[in-house]
Amino acid sequence: MTQIFDESGAVIPVTVIEAGPCYVTQKKVVEKDGYNAIQLGFGEISERKLTKPIAGHLKKSNTPPVRYLREFRVNDVSEYEEGQKIDVSVFEVGDRVDVVGTSKGKGFAGVMKRHGFGGGPKTHGQSDRWRAPGSVGAGSTPGRIFKGTRMAGRMGNERVTVQNLQVVLVDPEKNLLAVKGAVPGAKNGLLIIREARKQ
Amino acid sequence: MAHAVDLIRSIEQLQEDRPDIQPGDTVNVHLRIVEGNRERIQVFQGVVIAIKGGGVNTFFTVRRIAAHGIGVERTFMLHSPRIEKIEIVRRARVRRAKLYYLRDRRGKAARLKERRFVK
Repeated sequence: MTQIFDESGAVIPVTVIEAGPCYVTQKKVVEKDGYNAIQLGFGEISERKLTKPIAGHLKKSNTPPVRYLREFRVNDVSEYEEGQKIDVSVFEVGDRVDVVGTSKGKGFAGVMKRHGFGGGPKTHGQSDRWRAPGSVGAGSTPGRIFKGTRMAGRMGNERVTVQNLQVVLVDPEKNLLAVKGAVPGAKNGLLIIREARKQ
Repeated sequence: MAHAVDLIRSIEQLQEDRPDIQPGDTVNVHLRIVEGNRERIQVFQGVVIAIKGGGVNTFFTVRRIAAHGIGVERTFMLHSPRIEKIEIVRRARVRRAKLYYLRDRRGKAARLKERRFVK
């Protein structure tokens, strides 16, 4: 993340995203596939790195070799051509977008970090109770721990959507997009950016 | 794909005319103050006692002794467009990066040893 200044000199915290260029690699239609969507490819790589099945798939739409393929549901497929280039200029400053990414993996995390528990008392004769979860259920009735009880375990590395981020800057030359606020995942992680669902 | 850090650097709005200020410098900070639709310049003079951050996120703290010996500190963003310009009035020889010890001193004890410099 970084920050930029607006006209009045106030600081806006922004995340810079390299968005596009993407290529339409496939159109999916109701008649054939059961739903309408376009498949976009992003991240140009050398031809040598493609597997033959992917190379053949990309050849059909005549797109350059790409690292990632993702589908986007659309209502009207006819607006798009296979092989068409989609770049960051589809967004405008002030637009609201949802950003989908994979959060950073936190490994096996305890209940305080994972579920925001308060932990135990730190003083008054306590030992080894600082970060403990406390009781996880009653005694012989019900005689078991309920499903879904919040406990320690793997945290992060899952799909996270951040809704309604404001587009602050669009640079079609460098394919850069800056949104206000933070986005999920590590640096250089893959993100899906779409028009905000709840505007 | 360029390196992520270079992409971030490429959109940062650095002000090119900022002098290389250092702790111990006495500076005049010319601030743009907007009142309604009028704009005027206010000058804040004092000693730079700390510089923090890096890149576009650099900010510095200026301490000045106002009327009745009251210490006033203001922190500014180095690259803020609200700062018209920064002038270095004098520089001093100091031995640490953060001059917080000046807060506990008054009068003669809060002086700094001047260092010659080329304006």
